Amino acid sequence: MLEVLKLGCIRGDRRLFSDLSFSAGAGELIELRGPNGSGKTSLLRILCGLSSPAAGQVRWNGKNIRSLGEEYFRDVAYLAHQNAVKDELSALENLRIATGVAGNPLPKAQAQEVLERIGLKDRQHLPARVLSAGQRRRLAVARLLTIKATLWILDEVLTSLDDAAVRLSREFISDHIKNGGIAIVATHQDLNLSVERMQRIQLSP
Amino acid sequence: MFGWVLWRDLILAWRHRADVLATLFFFIIVTSLFPLGIGPEPQTLQTIAPGIVWVAALLASMLSLGRIFGNDYQDGTLEQLLLTPQPAYLVVLAKLLAHWLVSEVPLVIIAPVLGLQFGLSENTLLIVVVSLLLGTPVLSLIGAIGAALTLGLRAANVLVALLVLPLYIPVLIFGTGAIQATVNGTGTKPWLLLLGATLVLAFVFAPWATSAALKISVE
Repeated sequence: MLEVLKLGCIRGDRRLFSDLSFSAGAGELIELRGPNGSGKTSLLRILCGLSSPAAGQVRWNGKNIRSLGEEYFRDVAYLAHQNAVKDELSALENLRIATGVAGNPLPKAQAQEVLERIGLKDRQHLPARVLSAGQRRRLAVARLLTIKATLWILDEVLTSLDDAAVRLSREFISDHIKNGGIAIVATHQDLNLSVERMQRIQLSP
Repeated sequence: MFGWVLWRDLILAWRHRADVLATLFFFIIVTSLFPLGIGPEPQTLQTIAPGIVWVAALLASMLSLGRIFGNDYQDGTLEQLLLTPQPAYLVVLAKLLAHWLVSEVPLVIIAPVLGLQFGLSENTLLIVVVSLLLGTPVLSLIGAIGAALTLGLRAANVLVALLVLPLYIPVLIFGTGAIQATVNGTGTKPWLLLLGATLVLAFVFAPWATSAALKISVE
């Protein structure tokens, strides 16, 4: 259960948002909308604990995430604008290392299965340097599936993905929610997900 | 998790081995220039040897500081590392261990060969190695604080030098002191103990300061 209480964010001398409150329980999707520069990424970074808010707090299962520290990170997967893919490593190494570093090592066979699902099977041994932007994004999405977090925080997840990958990502998100996960997705496109519990949060410019 | 971070950084360093070799060659060339420039007088060379080996080691390890966090910061993997369910202290420690193994240990290994140019005795060469073994981890540990603080800044390299070199001074004094003491035949033990104490202090405090600096830089 994620609770956001009277959150405020200031970037430079501009107030991006203030007094923002909402909460999300198991099996809930939150769609975050707003024009460029309205603070979507800033909000997501606060939610995952990378930045601290100017006011208010974020609570996870009743406790402030600032005091939870690493314990909170066990439950969170953050997909940022940047794919966090290492150019020098192959797709397979990228996935296995990212998952191992996050604390649940992934056997090779299982990693290959995930890569097959995401459509990178025949690229698994190539260095990520030679992958296209869309393929790198796919690799970043694959990480969501392997690190097994409850709370997904996704920043423009569909950028540079082709139709097939967009369909796949939607499927992953709705599966995650059906299995009792929580997803907070900043997006410009309609997600068109058929989930029961959904909130839309609109940030104003 | 510690092992995975270490493993990751070692693979990445292996894929970038040219960078590592560049640091090593820098160290070799800088130390070799002095005998050429100053002349073959054994007496003079022996007197300046400790200072030269140590100053060259400081400069060489400065060169590699940018690599500890720089690339990870740029491709977004650094924030993912900070979002893993382990104390940032351990992430930093694993990265620094990898950095020390890759960038500093080669310097320690090559140092006795370079010491021969200065006509140092076997016994002195041994102390060169021991003092570098104790001192170079401190260079990585302290340097990482500077590297973390200057992430994403323009002219980060110059700034790191200004921040970090003054902090290297104790290591330089204790390290050269130990070698000088062997050359002069006075006791080396106190110097090595001081170096060891510096290492313990740096080991306890530097990763903690570095992780705090990283969190600020990533925010």
